[in-house]
Amino acid sequence: MRDPSLIRYLGVPAFGVMWLLALIACGVFAARVFQLIAVLRSARAEPRWDHLGQRLGLVVTNVLGQRRLLDEPVIGAAHLVVFWAFVFYAFAFWWALLRALVPVLPIPYPDEITWLAAILETFGVLGLVAIVIAAVRRYVFTPVSLERSRDASIILVLIAVVLIAFLTGTGARWVTSGHQGSIIAAGVGRMIARAGVSAESAAVLYLWAWWIHMVTVLGFLAYLPSSKHLHLLAAPFGVFFASLQPGILASGTEGAARVRDFTWRQLLSGISCAECGRCDRACPIFKGDTDLSPKQLIHAIKDATIAASKGANGEWRALGNRIQPEQLWSCATCGSCIARCPVFNEHIPLVVEMRRYLVAKGEIPARLQDTLMSLSRYGNSFGQSPRGRAKWTAGLDFAVKDAKKERVDYFWFVGDYASFDPRVQLVTRAAARVFHRAELDFGLMYEAEQNAGNDVRRVGEEGLFEDLRQRNEASFGKAQFAHIVTTDPHSYHTLKHEYANGNRGLEVAHYTEVLDALLRQGKLRPQTRLNIKATYHDPCYLGRYNGVYEAPRRVLRSLGVTLVEMPRHRDRALCCGAGGGRIWMQDVQTGERPAEARLREAANLPGVDTLVVSCPKDYVMFQDALKTTGLEGRLAVKDIAELMEAALH
Amino acid sequence: MKTIVLFRMVPDIVEELEVASDGKSLDREYLRLMLADADNHALEQALIIKERHGGTITVLGEDEPGMEETLFSALCKGADRAIKLNSSPQAGTHARAHWISKGIRETPDLLPADLIITGAQAIDDLDGLLAPMLAQFLDLPFLGTITRLDVNPATGAGTALREFAGGVRGEYEIKVPVVIGVQAAEKPPRYVPVAKLRTIMKSRRLEAVQISDGPWIFPVSEIRSMMKPQETTQAEMLAGSPDEVAAKLAGALLAHGLM
Amino acid sequence: MAGEIWCLAEQWKGSLSDATFEALALGRELSDALQVQLQAVLLGHAQRAMADKVFGVDRVLYVDNPAFAAPSPEQSAAALATLVSERKPRAVLITLTNTTWEIGALLAAKLRITYANCCKDVRVENGQLMARCVLYGGKMEVDVGSAQECVVFGLLAGVRPAMLRAETDVTVEEVAVAVPEVSCRFKGYREAEAGDIDITKQDVLVCVGRGIQTKDNIELAEKLAETFGGAVCGTRPVIDQGWLPLSRQVGRSGCIVKPKLYVAVGVSGAPEHVEGMKGSGLIVAINTDTTAPIFHVAHYGIAADAVEILPAITEVMANRKAKACATPH
Repeated sequence: MRDPSLIRYLGVPAFGVMWLLALIACGVFAARVFQLIAVLRSARAEPRWDHLGQRLGLVVTNVLGQRRLLDEPVIGAAHLVVFWAFVFYAFAFWWALLRALVPVLPIPYPDEITWLAAILETFGVLGLVAIVIAAVRRYVFTPVSLERSRDASIILVLIAVVLIAFLTGTGARWVTSGHQGSIIAAGVGRMIARAGVSAESAAVLYLWAWWIHMVTVLGFLAYLPSSKHLHLLAAPFGVFFASLQPGILASGTEGAARVRDFTWRQLLSGISCAECGRCDRACPIFKGDTDLSPKQLIHAIKDATIAASKGANGEWRALGNRIQPEQLWSCATCGSCIARCPVFNEHIPLVVEMRRYLVAKGEIPARLQDTLMSLSRYGNSFGQSPRGRAKWTAGLDFAVKDAKKERVDYFWFVGDYASFDPRVQLVTRAAARVFHRAELDFGLMYEAEQNAGNDVRRVGEEGLFEDLRQRNEASFGKAQFAHIVTTDPHSYHTLKHEYANGNRGLEVAHYTEVLDALLRQGKLRPQTRLNIKATYHDPCYLGRYNGVYEAPRRVLRSLGVTLVEMPRHRDRALCCGAGGGRIWMQDVQTGERPAEARLREAANLPGVDTLVVSCPKDYVMFQDALKTTGLEGRLAVKDIAELMEAALH
Repeated sequence: MKTIVLFRMVPDIVEELEVASDGKSLDREYLRLMLADADNHALEQALIIKERHGGTITVLGEDEPGMEETLFSALCKGADRAIKLNSSPQAGTHARAHWISKGIRETPDLLPADLIITGAQAIDDLDGLLAPMLAQFLDLPFLGTITRLDVNPATGAGTALREFAGGVRGEYEIKVPVVIGVQAAEKPPRYVPVAKLRTIMKSRRLEAVQISDGPWIFPVSEIRSMMKPQETTQAEMLAGSPDEVAAKLAGALLAHGLM
Repeated sequence: MAGEIWCLAEQWKGSLSDATFEALALGRELSDALQVQLQAVLLGHAQRAMADKVFGVDRVLYVDNPAFAAPSPEQSAAALATLVSERKPRAVLITLTNTTWEIGALLAAKLRITYANCCKDVRVENGQLMARCVLYGGKMEVDVGSAQECVVFGLLAGVRPAMLRAETDVTVEEVAVAVPEVSCRFKGYREAEAGDIDITKQDVLVCVGRGIQTKDNIELAEKLAETFGGAVCGTRPVIDQGWLPLSRQVGRSGCIVKPKLYVAVGVSGAPEHVEGMKGSGLIVAINTDTTAPIFHVAHYGIAADAVEILPAITEVMANRKAKACATPH
């Protein structure tokens, strides 16, 4: 075979042409990439250089291993194939380009090395199969939030062309080199021969294939920074610089509206995004008829970053231009988007930063404003006197210790809804009776307890969050206790991770964890087996945010409950829609609400008559949804505390 | 357009109110004060006018618990000047109106003003109403129960919408200077983020004005006793599960011939 | 003569208000107890005939002036002040309605006399006039007394049952009083938008207050109202939020209603609202706050969450209605 780079066309050597094309393509590519990097550098700082080992581990699992993509198995497998095909083909390309540009180098072309050629051919065939699967999925079965965009079509076509060109070349080489090559080469070669191509023509065909391959890849290189395939470059960095603690928010900023207000990692989210739509499909609020789309949010950041890179500079406003306030207030901060994103984008911090900006300007929905004022004045979202916080204890026939006045083993942080909402008070009393039965040494802070601030922080009122935290920490400091137990997952998360307690090593437990321990220690002995078939709803801030899945299930099983899992369970659980301050705002949807969808999911399980919850907001949301869906006869909503108490009789 | 907005603190009735041991006043132990709701609306209306026509807003209040934070909050929202007046030695709205009128007169560079705005009423108005009495002491025109207000700074003339019963409103023509009692602002009072309030408290100062008690003798109306409402009637409470309650109610309505 | 009990006869848009006759009923009690005359002051324009309708008093002092063609608190107070200083009554009773409620304060400030606001009762004790006033949104009451020669009382609606109107002879004295010019001039009324429903004519009203929490929950109230063939109305906060039109407001600034059945959902029972509905036949209150003042006005109370209880009640009522319709006569 002749060296393709030495062939002359109209007197011009091929490598000359190649130099020109390569310089143009690389030039375009580099220019765009540097422009984007410049925007990232002008953005806010964010320290992400810690735990390098852990980060590398993430890259290995999620970039090389494509782990998160495999949650949608068919396309996951296909993408894994295409990814590795890309890795090998990219490697081979740069090698081939180097060799083509500098013909005097004493190295062979990559396809002249048998084992490498074999790998490339194998991935060529598998890759084509994967492309077909991808195309069919995108164009025939079109999943929700996957677009049939021109960009996507171009990419699919380009990849196909690259692979086909290579395979054609390898087949042509088989024909011209006297049937030397792998099985695949032989297969393609026979097809070429059967098509009537002679050996001489096959040599020409090889050159055509070579050029098409090289030019297509160069073209791809130049096109890359302008397409969603930018994720090829950015995503591995995105994964490396992922947040190792995605549930914890950065503290007080002025909020973000312009490109330069975001951090570089937040801007990187935009260009890492491959627009796969998993976040949308996971989002409980996203439906065709609402404004909130996690994917559109990231896309807006991408847009903004790109606009900024083209000279609009960091002043380019994302909020107000591409993102509207209504979209931001719709988010329930459930974390499903972040949990599913294959490139580890973080949608929630974006929402919170922009909410902070709106709060700083006072542009908040009216009902939310009232609630924030109530929280600021009274420390609770119910507009009630703080002195009424422990009124629920009046229904108990024993006294509950005041943790402010005497030492207790467990300080029970009850939370707003569990303290003030009449429906949840029943559950709170049941929990108190269970603790009492187990002879747990527990106490309350009574009127000194303030809202932990989880939703206040997520709504963007960082100043108020700091206020509440300060008030609470002052009370904690004066009291003596060994552990904190809470019945509210939102408080659990914030007390555990966003209060200084975390640094002091104070143990925060969810009451299901405590019940689990008590059962295993034999301090609680169920007297009755509850022969019910139930399903358990994992609260977002207990499950997805904190990985507590087993303790509640163990508790339920030990009560004799037959547990059936809903299709979306554990970290896939569908949020009830109350978080992120949404329970303090007007409903945004016109169609089915998340809580209603979840109830229907539970009702679809044959034989299941109870939906078990372990969060006060879930309890309230599902009780309401029972009425609006008309499922009152079909399902009952019960808290673990209620079931525990029933089993103790 | 020069506007003065007057603030008062009143008991927060979210808390349980108790009678003090003297039997004539409120028990202060758990008492919390808050800005009178209508005064909040008064400030909002003043801010709306400032946003339309420019000018300055001065907020003034007596030195009561919680007043400092309220004055700072007003500065956050857009007021230009905040004045803390020493407290009236005598209790009651009538005395307060007189005291504040003195305070306004004796604060440097305050009068003449175009608009003097405060809430139309407050929950502790026992012996008077602040806005009309203030107008009387300042010898200025007065219009109250206002839900809409606008003034043309060039001409000093404006219109106000006053509430009557049954949803009827009355349109009035006004001329500055005038004292206005605001029932409700055109928009709900705006929000002040906690962080912003903290920043303002560190960066701005309140002006303190001290006035001395004058020879004014107030008409004496004595509180003989204070008590929680002794209601002769109390509703008959229906309890039970929602279905039980519904059944009981149906029974009651039937008994009253209402079914 | 001095030392009479005076009552400001409230007239608005061409007629004497019900509140006037409530005040007169109280005035009569006081004047009888003190053995002095009960006199009414009527400020109007070309309304001499109306003066004849202020019965039950010993004398009507009628002041005619163009200023009184429409409510003008400053001018009303000025005229009253002149009359009071000339004639020195013992007490001036003024109704606290949106039309007249500022007059008492203006009058007291002008004449430097005492004013007792929000009186739910006035009585004579040892020759002195004592008022029972309501404060702090209805959460406290005070007994207030004044030894002064002249005291102004602002009376809450419903202080006494209205005097029954009867055709009796009324002594009217036309008095000329100088009324000053003022810069706040009445220009015209803006009527409430004609709503689809006149809530003052309904037999059953379901009122939603702040406790209903969201606009969507109003639907639950509407369903209940429907089963009764009634309508939904609201308190001021609900109207201010824009959840119901102005024509549905019940209270001092809204409508005074007297339906046969009034169901108050999530209503706290602030005095301004209670004024608007206390005349209802049967009042049922639903509120999670058991200390809410509404429970003092209601005949039946339910301490429950509206979202829980309304559907249950609606269902029971609908069933009974269905049964009633199905029962053959």
